Amino acid sequence: MLLRILSLLLLIAIWQVASMLAASRLLPEPLAVVDVMLREARSGALFFNLGVTLARVVISFGLAMFFGTLFGVLMGRSVTLDRLGDPWLVVLLNLPALVIIVLAYIWIGLTDTAAILAVALNKLPNATVTIREGARSLDAGLEEMATVFAMPWQTRLRHVLLPQLAPYVAAATRSGLSIVWKIVLVVELLGRSNGVGFEIGTAFQVFDVALLLAYALPFVGIMLAIETFLVQPFEQHVSRWRPKTA
Amino acid sequence: MSPVGVPRQLEIKIARKAFRTTSGEVREVLRDFSTSLAAGKIHALVGPSGYGKTTLLRIVIGLDRDFEGTVTLPPGTKVGMVFQEPRLLPWRSVLDNLRLAAPQAREADLVRIATDLGIAGHLRYFPGELSLGLARRVALARAFAVDPTLLVLDEPFVSLDKALAMRLGDELAMLVERTKVTTLLVTHDIDEAIRLVDHIMLLGGRPAKIAADFDIAFPRAAMTVDYAAKIKAEIGAVIAEAVA
Repeated sequence: MLLRILSLLLLIAIWQVASMLAASRLLPEPLAVVDVMLREARSGALFFNLGVTLARVVISFGLAMFFGTLFGVLMGRSVTLDRLGDPWLVVLLNLPALVIIVLAYIWIGLTDTAAILAVALNKLPNATVTIREGARSLDAGLEEMATVFAMPWQTRLRHVLLPQLAPYVAAATRSGLSIVWKIVLVVELLGRSNGVGFEIGTAFQVFDVALLLAYALPFVGIMLAIETFLVQPFEQHVSRWRPKTA
Repeated sequence: MSPVGVPRQLEIKIARKAFRTTSGEVREVLRDFSTSLAAGKIHALVGPSGYGKTTLLRIVIGLDRDFEGTVTLPPGTKVGMVFQEPRLLPWRSVLDNLRLAAPQAREADLVRIATDLGIAGHLRYFPGELSLGLARRVALARAFAVDPTLLVLDEPFVSLDKALAMRLGDELAMLVERTKVTTLLVTHDIDEAIRLVDHIMLLGGRPAKIAADFDIAFPRAAMTVDYAAKIKAEIGAVIAEAVA
């Protein structure tokens, strides 16, 4: 932990030195960025835009994970569905994010629905592929056990199926969160009038690097906090039954 | 279904059960296997490996429906099953494994069953922390926890050392005597079968069917060394004849 903090401090120190050497408004000092951050925070704009972006991340991520898990389980367990769905997956996987975003805006309009749908569609194939791997490695013996003991579907889902998928869900969550929030910024830049991406777009037009960093850095902080305080504890909780390696 | 009244017995009539191998040929495993299992007794299915014993169990408990014939369970049959491997949920504690299989069971009953099988001290453990012997006891406890009317066991003591297998066998026999549950036990250990059960079905032939039936007149506690030796000799004679 100490080493991590030291490493972070070193990064800020390098930034400070570089900005002093450059002496340009295109590379502002760390404190100047903090100033802008405080200004935006006092006006409320910072929290509003962070909140809007975070909401878009959460909804599109949730949609992608829900349907990714559903399709992944179905495709992992049925050869027919796998053959039917696989070409779609390959198309989606290889369609550039930008194409999906632009098409969504053209077909649906410059709305939040289009924005969220575009992001979810970008993440969906990755989630599906990861969960499909998990569904392929499900333990048939445990399923038979659940059948013989006539466990109701809720029990089977919660205690037999999901615990087996948990490592795959965690992997999809990790890679998913970082992909989703980056795509959300692009979506906001291209077609929304609020959110971190929109503010960064505004900053870009006037080359205001301090404003750009004042929005980008807090959001990195939020995603780091989600990873540290939500994703990692969840992972530890679902793997608590594994015998500890000494 | 029997026209007169409802069947109290478990009726098994398998005309034919075949598998298709990966190379495409059809291999017949069972033919004309027909028996009825009296309620409240322990029945053993004895035979060498590869003679369709596990296949037969899977048909009886409804996991395998791809066969020609009928299996009639008494109405309201509740199955308790012990698989060859313990098949516990590794991410749930021992107690939760029992609870999830038997949600209607009272906590006190679960603890009593666990105590009978010597795992009361391990209820908070995860299955991965147990030895194979303990895990098999948990599997046994789970089968009893559902308060079954049909107990099915597939070589439940295989790969345990002889002393432990005998002790678990005795515990099983004691629980069955007390609960009067109809029990179907698969084993390849003839001594174990003679020691524990009321009725032995010897599987033989290819495809397999019942080669011989033995009713044990003096089961378990009533068993004498001489009687056991006599039964074993009879079974040995049948096997020798089948091989010859």
